[in-house]
Amino acid sequence: MTDLDFRAPTDLAEGTALLAEHGPDAKVLAGGTALVLSMKQRLVRPRVLVSLQRVPGLAEVTPHDGGLRIGARATLRDLETSPPIAERLPSLRDTIARVATVRIRNHATIGGNLAQGDPLMDVPAVLMALDATVRLASAQGDRAVPLALFYVDRHTIAARPDEIITAVDVPAQPLRTATAYLKYVPRTVTDYPTVGVAARLTLDEAGDRVDDVRLALAGAGPTTLRAVAAEDLLRGRRPTTGAFAEVAATVRDMAAPDADFRGSAEYKREMIEVHVRRALQQVYRSL
Amino acid sequence: MTTIRLSVNGREHEVKVAPGRLLLDCLRYDLGLTGTKEGCGVGVCGACTVLVDGKMTTSCLTLAAMVDGAEIVTIEGVADGDELDALQRGFVEHGGFQCGICTPGQILAARALLEETPHPTPEQVKSWMTGNLCRCTGYYKIVESILAAAEEGGRAPERAEAERGAL
Repeated sequence: MTDLDFRAPTDLAEGTALLAEHGPDAKVLAGGTALVLSMKQRLVRPRVLVSLQRVPGLAEVTPHDGGLRIGARATLRDLETSPPIAERLPSLRDTIARVATVRIRNHATIGGNLAQGDPLMDVPAVLMALDATVRLASAQGDRAVPLALFYVDRHTIAARPDEIITAVDVPAQPLRTATAYLKYVPRTVTDYPTVGVAARLTLDEAGDRVDDVRLALAGAGPTTLRAVAAEDLLRGRRPTTGAFAEVAATVRDMAAPDADFRGSAEYKREMIEVHVRRALQQVYRSL
Repeated sequence: MTTIRLSVNGREHEVKVAPGRLLLDCLRYDLGLTGTKEGCGVGVCGACTVLVDGKMTTSCLTLAAMVDGAEIVTIEGVADGDELDALQRGFVEHGGFQCGICTPGQILAARALLEETPHPTPEQVKSWMTGNLCRCTGYYKIVESILAAAEEGGRAPERAEAERGAL
């Protein structure tokens, strides 16, 4: 880590100016759990670190447009213990409470979590099911990218190197809606999931048909996977065990999990089918 | 090099560090506080746990420059002179350590737990302590040690408050 410059801008404009000046040589630093580790392992060698530690206003959870705006530098532990998150987005709270350990959640930020583009991470899947949007700032201006369009490829996100993730917006959730994330961790509780399934189900007013559904998966391909074709199959139908099984089989067929020490691709596809079915049954029962 | 200010165990330090200096190495090599150990070096094992502004922190994944201005507690700051604190006594009396390399991290993690939850259940202790591995696998004794310290009042804020009141 020689020839490294550490900068801690005191406002966002100074931070985006530094990124504009140094381009891909600069990296945004938040909690450090991913970036400092990648530097130690020499997977990345930034010349300038732009730390967000002194930029004000990046770590709050605030009401926004009927939903919640979550500051990108909020740590996972901040969010796990945040009353508005527990009240408004219990599925997000429950997901976060199962990421790694308390000590890691004390550092790791939600913006950093989204920025990794790691398909095994839990939080992007549940946020995708909640229809979240990522807010980005740069010297050229601000923009918002729906999380469903944020992941381009393995470890590749739609943000440019000169952009800082400033917040995640989670919209007001529809009525008659429940969301859950099932994390399958057969090795240890602190592991990455073998597969993870986030499901959001919205029933119609009579409560006997599926008005809308979201399915987002961890560990099912090179990016967090939104299973749009499977969602389309369920919309407008009765929420029966048979319909859920059919949808789960469709997700299984579209998934392309990596074979690794957590299991073969075929095993993971099997687990995806099982967990999509269980996730849909669980959210339906909770409605 | 960049100059940072750290308060470590109540003492103020001004330290010149390279921008990539890890907090772990700053504590051990710049300040000579070798009680903090490096285990896995990748944030999993918890041997390097210290408290930064009261929060348990992975010093092997934290750059010293990231905690400029912070208050840090390491294992050297837990005892009051020769007087062990309740957690240290708990570990001694209940066999909470064997080889000892994980112990500084275990004690600081447990201290953070008792600050937040002065009277934890055994399940709460186990859940909180999942981030601190013991290579001797003496986990039951560690849980017993922490529960014993909690029983004694440990680092419970109300106890600390009462002690201050008594002075």
